[in-house]
Amino acid sequence: MSQFAINLLFVGGSFALYIGIAIWAKAGSTSDFYVAGGGVHPITNGAAIGADWMSAASFISMAGLIAAGGYANSTFLMGWTGGYVLLAMLLAPYLRKFGKFTVPEFIGDRFYSKNARLVAVICLIVASVTYVIGQMAGAGVAFSRFLEVDATMGLIIAAIVVFVYAVLGGMKGITYTQVAQYCVLITAYTIPAVFISLQLTGNALPPLGLFSTHVDSGMPILDKLNQVITDLGFNEYTADVDNKLNMVLFTLTLMIGTAGLPHVIIRFFTVPKVADARWSAGWALVFIALLYLTAPAVASMARLNLMTTIYPEGTQAEPIQYDERPNWIREWEVTGLIQFTDKNEDGRIQLYNDSPEFESTAQSRGWEGNELVVNRDILVLANPEIANLPGWVIGLIAAGGLAAALSTAAGLLLAISSAVSHDLIKGSINPNITEKGELMAARISMAVAIVVATYLGANPPGFAAQVVALAFGIAAASLFPALMMGIFSKRVNNVGAIAGMLTGLAFTLSYIFVYKGWLFIPGTNNLADTPENWVLGISPLSIGAIGAIVNFAVAFIVSNATEEPPVEIQELVESVRYPRGASQAHDH
Amino acid sequence: MSGHDYDAVNYWKANLRLIFGSLIVWALVSYGFAILLRPMLAGIPIGGTDLGFWFAQQGSILTFIALIFHYAWRMNKLDEKFDVHEE
Repeated sequence: MSQFAINLLFVGGSFALYIGIAIWAKAGSTSDFYVAGGGVHPITNGAAIGADWMSAASFISMAGLIAAGGYANSTFLMGWTGGYVLLAMLLAPYLRKFGKFTVPEFIGDRFYSKNARLVAVICLIVASVTYVIGQMAGAGVAFSRFLEVDATMGLIIAAIVVFVYAVLGGMKGITYTQVAQYCVLITAYTIPAVFISLQLTGNALPPLGLFSTHVDSGMPILDKLNQVITDLGFNEYTADVDNKLNMVLFTLTLMIGTAGLPHVIIRFFTVPKVADARWSAGWALVFIALLYLTAPAVASMARLNLMTTIYPEGTQAEPIQYDERPNWIREWEVTGLIQFTDKNEDGRIQLYNDSPEFESTAQSRGWEGNELVVNRDILVLANPEIANLPGWVIGLIAAGGLAAALSTAAGLLLAISSAVSHDLIKGSINPNITEKGELMAARISMAVAIVVATYLGANPPGFAAQVVALAFGIAAASLFPALMMGIFSKRVNNVGAIAGMLTGLAFTLSYIFVYKGWLFIPGTNNLADTPENWVLGISPLSIGAIGAIVNFAVAFIVSNATEEPPVEIQELVESVRYPRGASQAHDH
Repeated sequence: MSGHDYDAVNYWKANLRLIFGSLIVWALVSYGFAILLRPMLAGIPIGGTDLGFWFAQQGSILTFIALIFHYAWRMNKLDEKFDVHEE
């Protein structure tokens, strides 16, 4: 069987499974559509949150970024797990006690203002759409390679599939499809990692393999990697970082963004009890950690394997001939995500770091520039091929990557559609809308969101994980502070919360747009996105944490200058703090 | 107060203490050991690198899991002690 047929079998088989589950659990009432009837077990819910959470960014993109950045990109690992601590302690149990459908609904009720609810809807939509752009970019990469079509076609196929099952199933469909997707994606991620860890270190557990001895050289694998890449002019993999301020702020942005993202929070409305919301957060992190503990091993081992492929005789000998390049390079060249230019016309592939410090070494070896450009988003997908693993492993990773991208995109679309139909239309434009009309509005808004995200996903403002990181910055600066103050302060009032959210959002978006282009349209940026241009060395990816501080500060100052919230609101805050008396999330 | 028969003030204070303690550990392993204090841990070798690197790529994640389960377990005890748990 050809590799193409195997890929098709794995991808097609897993899709049939998800769509089958979605149809089997086809949503009946609006309550089912949003929160799955409120009766999901914490472990089931944890696995669903895991699938929802681990997107194309985690699965496809993250290890590639860690491989390229080494220690410096550990920020993704800590940032995307540490947020669960905040969720479990600062938000989830109280929002579950509050017992409503959506994040804007809580903000609207707590800050007793339709305008606050509308501002929350806007923040939610901006953050979620940015996030979906990243997913679509990742799914496009995966489809284009495994279905052997061009990137645009891959994107369109992805958009259609997401739309079909998000619309058909609603949340209940998604909860159970997402458990299935979790199983597919974690198997797909760990199996190649186990094989590769065994090949390189003899240790079957990748997280332990990362700190073990490299079989061929007898050195610790990280030492070996450092040696190989520094020979080629790259920074040491484990090197410390100079700009620690940016590293701290970026990690913080990802953490508080995690806690502020509506598609994750909405999951905590689906557990029966407040205590279950706390357990769900813990289980979710266990399921997520299985991938996050494997990712750094995948990153370093794939980087080492890539280097050994290009320099089979060691870094001091000549690299391979272009004509004798392995098959996977040929196939990825078709997608345009690997590019080769023979700058010194010697027929060999020189892969090294074009830095001023390395220039004399390069010249003495007759090299005239780095000749191989490898898109970071392909590393995980190409990983089994680089390590010469069997065809079925490659088919499996295709299915896993797509499961990750599609499950998260579906969860985000659900958050967007419920914000539009429930908060925007039912909550303010037309409160008398019928249940049928509400479902229709939900589906139309999903379709619109997919079209916008697919359009922008064709020219994403960065690698998948970086686009997603921008979405976290937006959520961190707008929604998280409002939610947290809504629970932990009785003094913050409607005017304060609205002012806080708006300044946090505006501040963060403008800083991002100045470097990334207005509305992410390429070429409209005011400054080049390079470290020399960043204010105090803070990258646009890290600005969300500062935006959150601005949000908190503005909200407190404005609230203290204006009237206290009414007594019944202070009592509402009091009541969300105690678990007793929580009812199921209800329709009203 | 809104007329409950349990000790709301002390329950909330106990919760805040627990959150505060957990967040200190949360910040210490990630922002501390993994980032800002990494140079101080550079002398402790682990598999070809140092302890700070381990915290950045594995240790902090494992600590986060432990923190959440510890919090959930302690809160369930508190819920019962203050009699605010759900039936």
